[in-house]
Amino acid sequence: MSTEPVATPGSRPIRFVRRGEIVSLSNVPPSRTLLDLLREDLACTGTKEGCGEGDCGACTVVLGEADHSAIRYRAVNSCIRLAHSIDGMALYTVEDISGADGALHPAQEAMVQAHGSQCGFCTPGFVMSLFGMYNNHVTHGTAITRAMAVEELSGNLCRCTGYRPILDAAQAMSALPPARIDEAALLSKLELLAHDLPGLEADLPYKSPRTLAALLQQRAAHPAAQLVAGCTDVGLWVTKQHLQFDKIIDVTKVEELRRIEDYPHHLAIGAAVPLVDAYAALSGHWPQLHAFAARFAGLPVRNSGTLGGNVANGSPIGDSMPLLIALGANVVLMSIRGYREMPLERLYTGYRTNVMAPDEVLAWIKAPKPGSILSRTVDVSKGSGSPHPSPLPEGEGTKRIAPFPAALGLGWGPPSLAPSPLWGVGGGVGLPATLQIYKISKRFDDDISAVCLAISLRTESGIVIHASIGVGGVAATPVRATQTEAALKGQPWTAATVQHAITTLRAEFSPISDMRASGDYRREVLGNLLQRYWFESQGLQQINLQAFALEEAP
Amino acid sequence: MSAGGDLRDISVSRDAVDDPQLNAAIAHAALPAVQEPVASPSPPAQAAGVSKFHESARAQVTGSATYVDDIPEIRGTLFAAPILSTVAHGRLLGVDSTAARAMPGVRDVILASDIPGDPMLGNFAHDEPVFAQATVQHVGQVIGLVIAESVMQARRAARKVVCRIEALPAILNVHDAMKAESYVLPPVFVRRGDAAAALASAAHTLHGTLEVGGQEHFYLEGQVAYVVPQEQNQWLIYSSTQHPGEVQHWVSHALGIDNHAVRVECRRMGGGFGGKETQAGQLAVWSAVAANKLKCPVKLRLDRDDDFLITGKRHPFAYDYTVGFDDTGRITGLKLLMAVNCGFSADLSGPVADRAVFHVDNAYFLQDVEIASYRCKTNTQSNTAFRGFGGPQGMIVTETIMSDIARTLGLDALDVRRRNLYGVDDRNITHYQMTVEDNILEPLLSKLELTAQYRPRLQAISAWNKGSPVIKRGIAITPVKFGISFTATLFNQAGALVHVYTDGSVMVNHGGTEMGQGLNTKVAQIVADELGVAFEQVQSTASDTSKIPNASATAASAGTDLNARAAQYAARNVRDNIAQFVAGLDRCGAGVVRFAGGQVLTPGKARSFAEVVKLAYANRIQLWSDGFYRTPKIHYDKTTLTGRPFYYFAYGAACTEVAIDTLTGESRVLKVDILHDVGTSINPAIDIGQIEGGFIQGMGWLTTEQLVWNDKGHLSTHAPSTYKIPATGDVPEHFNVALWPEPNREDNVFGSKAVGEPPLMLAISVFEALRDAVARAKGATGAVQLTAPATAENVLQALAH
Repeated sequence: MSTEPVATPGSRPIRFVRRGEIVSLSNVPPSRTLLDLLREDLACTGTKEGCGEGDCGACTVVLGEADHSAIRYRAVNSCIRLAHSIDGMALYTVEDISGADGALHPAQEAMVQAHGSQCGFCTPGFVMSLFGMYNNHVTHGTAITRAMAVEELSGNLCRCTGYRPILDAAQAMSALPPARIDEAALLSKLELLAHDLPGLEADLPYKSPRTLAALLQQRAAHPAAQLVAGCTDVGLWVTKQHLQFDKIIDVTKVEELRRIEDYPHHLAIGAAVPLVDAYAALSGHWPQLHAFAARFAGLPVRNSGTLGGNVANGSPIGDSMPLLIALGANVVLMSIRGYREMPLERLYTGYRTNVMAPDEVLAWIKAPKPGSILSRTVDVSKGSGSPHPSPLPEGEGTKRIAPFPAALGLGWGPPSLAPSPLWGVGGGVGLPATLQIYKISKRFDDDISAVCLAISLRTESGIVIHASIGVGGVAATPVRATQTEAALKGQPWTAATVQHAITTLRAEFSPISDMRASGDYRREVLGNLLQRYWFESQGLQQINLQAFALEEAP
Repeated sequence: MSAGGDLRDISVSRDAVDDPQLNAAIAHAALPAVQEPVASPSPPAQAAGVSKFHESARAQVTGSATYVDDIPEIRGTLFAAPILSTVAHGRLLGVDSTAARAMPGVRDVILASDIPGDPMLGNFAHDEPVFAQATVQHVGQVIGLVIAESVMQARRAARKVVCRIEALPAILNVHDAMKAESYVLPPVFVRRGDAAAALASAAHTLHGTLEVGGQEHFYLEGQVAYVVPQEQNQWLIYSSTQHPGEVQHWVSHALGIDNHAVRVECRRMGGGFGGKETQAGQLAVWSAVAANKLKCPVKLRLDRDDDFLITGKRHPFAYDYTVGFDDTGRITGLKLLMAVNCGFSADLSGPVADRAVFHVDNAYFLQDVEIASYRCKTNTQSNTAFRGFGGPQGMIVTETIMSDIARTLGLDALDVRRRNLYGVDDRNITHYQMTVEDNILEPLLSKLELTAQYRPRLQAISAWNKGSPVIKRGIAITPVKFGISFTATLFNQAGALVHVYTDGSVMVNHGGTEMGQGLNTKVAQIVADELGVAFEQVQSTASDTSKIPNASATAASAGTDLNARAAQYAARNVRDNIAQFVAGLDRCGAGVVRFAGGQVLTPGKARSFAEVVKLAYANRIQLWSDGFYRTPKIHYDKTTLTGRPFYYFAYGAACTEVAIDTLTGESRVLKVDILHDVGTSINPAIDIGQIEGGFIQGMGWLTTEQLVWNDKGHLSTHAPSTYKIPATGDVPEHFNVALWPEPNREDNVFGSKAVGEPPLMLAISVFEALRDAVARAKGATGAVQLTAPATAENVLQALAH
């Protein structure tokens, strides 16, 4: 048995529920992946490694977490998930779901019946994604449609079947004899685990604070520790760059940051909210985002990765940031010294560098609701003894942020509780801007953008009065297309204006050529996507293949 | 799905016509009435011809199917990681492993000097070093291994090994290779008639070029080998390989020992697609060299990114052609140059390039033709077998020519294709002098044209496009005619073992390998019917060089043709032994003894198979046997590239409709209708799985799967994050597959036809539909210049061209 060095003194056992029993594993190094734990330490080789970077889904397992009085099931990539992160959860692998009598789970039986496995190497991952769908949909009486199957299985690659039989299997599960998880029993076991929390004082290599106060204290005490959320990028640093971390701080258990707060004029999305939930909340206000959200990686990555992680990581090709820039979103950085709120694009200083101090964490993303805007200035609030400069002067009633209490953990809520400034003078709610986001990638689903363009425009009486444009894939950071915005603002919304804006947009950036696209293509298409926006604003239908369907009978 | 509906009406295969005793399964239907004991169980449905589940399906869905990396490791097993060249071409001046050796868990660093036998790999061309020695020839070439106590320790340390390399000029594409006359093998020229004269007198000519990219196999299970030393300098090797015999040969060659000291086992692969035909062997050799030095088991499992960087891919091709044609679109002459990017060594490039030459005709008669095939050497991974094996690259250029001829003349592309089809009685000899005897192209295309409603859709698309300013639709039907057999005649042989145990259970072993294609399932179906027992009673076991020696690679789509026939013969030998024995018991002729429904039947008596087996064993009757098969009729002259390299052809056609976005170049496949010829299907579900899977894989090759090397020769698409194979959303909901209802006209097992490779080439219809959409968008006649794969960028470029 090959194992990594296990000497991690003082490490707290990982405890989780598997096959109905509580499992406790000691001395697991903080950087150990869940897949290595399964395959190498537990000799459970049913779960496969296909790529080691969360792009093929062969390693998919399902995690169960208490969500009020129910269980929420999430298919995740075990290859880039840190083993410690499943502490307190239920774990299901392909080896865990058949009945004691050997009866196959409907997810397994449907795959057999549909001839859904050929070489079989991707099969455990597909089975587990199907298992997640079964428990989240079928057991709640929701039939799985082909479209749902396509969307929720896009993170699982199969090289043999061409997918048709697997999509059939997904839709056939509900007709098979049901298999139910005893959720009451599971909830009581999870409850048991939840009460066994480490003391704050313990100097553990893998720190998983439960409160924001604890997180900020840990961050201040261990500024060199690797901060992780869903680990869908940091996991690759482990598997591909071979990094090992002595200390890790995991934000995903922080209660306050797991929430999406709904305020009259904005959403405050905690940094530990998984992408799937964050996008569901955003899509609630902008339904046109659903198709885009479904193209963001695959479901196992969206289940694990967080919006906060995507933003804090700051990849120039991350898809959330162009959207959030166009929406006019702010980020809230916090430390024990206080907090700062700033427009999202100001977070970045260069390629994967940002303004965050070593003791700061990205805590919230605030997205203004349709018709609202947030302050576009940098707002700073300090705790006692803060080295930060004084708060910026308030300008024309745009600052609406409550000062951050110096004492932590005293009934404190997100710093953005007060209503955000509204669109239009005097706080009146204006008409919503028209938001569109366009992603160009080699493959439609589960691919990284060559170019991503998000446009939010508002016109009144034919004049552009608001233009907010976020762009990805054209610079070292996600960026705002300020020149293009300027070329549009105050202009009549006409073909001529758009042509001028297209020229401006193409000239505004100098995208590089890489394996995803040439710089010339990126520049060309950037303009063409603005053209697409113009066509859509003129009522043209059927001009985007992302949502293309032939209306005629097959 | 409309597939499989016609199968039950099919007459018996030529198997049975030629040899009435041959196929118990078919004979079953015409059994004479016998006095059956009342209690006897009703006979189960015959196994072959039925969509049996994959023999490993239940194990696969429960995670209990074992792949090489899942085998419990023997105590003391060490783990390897490769040391890679970071330079495309250079002199290797030295390797400094001091830092690596100092890292935790590191046990040794293995280099070329540790090879006890030949430092060159034991492959055909003998042009590839086991580990790079004096020179490095591509980024990713393996210089040695780090051996450590864990996988990650080895991988970490491998990056600390410092290779001193003096860079030399590198050749990174075929065009530079052509200029430099850099070849791994000499060029090959095939001519028939007088192409120059035909072009000179042609009513119309077109000159064109085409670039078609390579393709990474992306088997979900990466390359892996686990080498376990045995006593007396013998070796057990678990390899994820399509060719255990070659692994055995290479390992013994490198270790300087006899073949019989090396046993290679492979229960299954997590996908192969040609990528594990030769290139699984290197891993086994590398690991064996380390295991030999350290005297302990060594496992090497490549990280996915390393797999991309080290192993070869489908050969990229570049073409230059001049075609002459008449007013009806019929080709009168063709001069074609194919520059094949072979990478740094020959590997299988010779036969791949040959098969491309053989398939330039695809479905069409080429009277006066001249083909030049250049096997270019570049400083990139050594390209290798990939489903289709040059066939796709041969066909695609001709299919693009067909469409461009149609566009030039303002004719329908399907009409032009049909005008050029091989004839049945005339125009039926290929450019390599093989007569096409089993041509079903015209009726097959006619049927698909109707079922896919090609003509009405042409009109509908034209009308729709007029009203659509941004999105444009396109459609194409393309045929496939694919030659079945290894072009190297000697490989067309196979062996099998069938064991019947005293409880009546049956074990079958053969020289083929299971990579998901369902070979073991089909073989078990054939064996079950031969012995008249239930499919479930037949167990398939791991491929093993100590069971079937000298087996060919499981390749060329011929796995079932060869191995199921060999297994059928082995089972027949056992059956004959039992029949003779039972005939003696019941005093009848052995020829009237029937095996069906789990029973052995004589005119007077029915006994269960298990009962007969016990009796036979007690009477010292041999209950196991070998079987051997060699493909008849084939012959081929390597010097002239003429003869009958193929036993028969597999046919098919696909109709694909696409949409493109003229603002971005993005595309979607909207509808696919396939009609494909698998002869009489042994297992319709498995065959449809091969057709669908092959089509989608071919679609990936021609659309999203783009390999990009940077200007230093580094492959920058080396992981699924950057290299995009099709995903669920790329498969159209309208995806119909129907099987052509006719048995193989040649005598082949169960009347079936090979199905592994041919469907991949149906996806050329996607490329042609995209080119049709581009042409419709431009509204211009004449050729469309689209580079494959048709990424959004390439489509936008074609629109601008």
